Amino acid sequence: MCTTCHCGQIEPPGAAVIEAPAPSPRRLELGAALLSRNDARAAALRRRFAAAGLPVLNVLSSPGSGKTALLERLGREWSGPGRLGAIVGDLATDNDARRLIAAGIEAVQITTGQACHLEAAMLEPALERFDLAALGLLLIENVGNLVCPAAYDLGESLRLVLLAVTEGEDKPLKYPAMFQSADLVVINKLDLAAAVGFDRHQAHHHIARVAPAARIVAVSARTGEGMAELRHAIAAGLQARVLA
Amino acid sequence: MHELSIMEAVRDQALEQAGRHGGGRICAITLRIGSLAGVDPDALALAFEVVMAGTAASSARLLIEPVAAECFCAACQEPFPAQDGVCACPRCGAISRQLLRGRELQLASLELADPEPC
Repeated sequence: MCTTCHCGQIEPPGAAVIEAPAPSPRRLELGAALLSRNDARAAALRRRFAAAGLPVLNVLSSPGSGKTALLERLGREWSGPGRLGAIVGDLATDNDARRLIAAGIEAVQITTGQACHLEAAMLEPALERFDLAALGLLLIENVGNLVCPAAYDLGESLRLVLLAVTEGEDKPLKYPAMFQSADLVVINKLDLAAAVGFDRHQAHHHIARVAPAARIVAVSARTGEGMAELRHAIAAGLQARVLA
Repeated sequence: MHELSIMEAVRDQALEQAGRHGGGRICAITLRIGSLAGVDPDALALAFEVVMAGTAASSARLLIEPVAAECFCAACQEPFPAQDGVCACPRCGAISRQLLRGRELQLASLELADPEPC
């Protein structure tokens, strides 16, 4: 049997094997992850964080859900161990980093220009500005966007997706890809729930359907309601990650 | 809208693989995109022509193999389609925590030809 092009011809014994031209076009099966470059850099960051014993929280939401206010509240109530650090991604301005610094957080702003999400490579220069061993927790405030950041691993320990009561109970059903990736879903602006007629039970029901693995906590970053439970949920999530 | 940067990753990986397998032109690029990958296939198609221009893939066809999200129900011991990312089993209503597929974002295959245009 011809072994060169599998044409079925019997090869005469001793015949010179002539290299047949490759059939054209030829198919190349790959199955390669498109974001493999980001995944590799995120894996390197994860090793670096682990070596420093530093837990990292990737915080995601739509613009205006209260990510910065939540981080400010975590900063004001932070009692260690270690310092609280934050890397903040926005298309423009360093307003958020300044707010976090005022709340006692060591914050570094990344302005992404037109990029709609943070990538692992963008964190590398920002990390140079921290003494990682002195931090007790690093928060990453991603660009406000419920679509694009979902696909980009940043080497985080936990992914926290935030939803404000003003966005409606069914927001998670509209952005399943983002909520599916959450370890923790935080319902924020609880102080406005009555004013907007927010149905908490229904929101929990919707979140459970698209984010079945996520723990759900409701808070008001403004009044502080629910913050103790959130701190417990973060600690429990980190603990579970370490054990896994 | 990050489809442009994703398409740039497609281009880089496709050209690298084509180079590694004897060069030539790329006639077709097949992507495997899960329904929960957070990527819009129409926007990818728009970015394709722009990103591939002037490369060995400039006359390539883009083929997208969609992957519908699927969960596994521990109670029924059966998989079920997670329509719109909803992980509630349509048979028993139980919420599944096991997503079997739907987050794929892959360069599935290439069709390569000799240097003349496809």
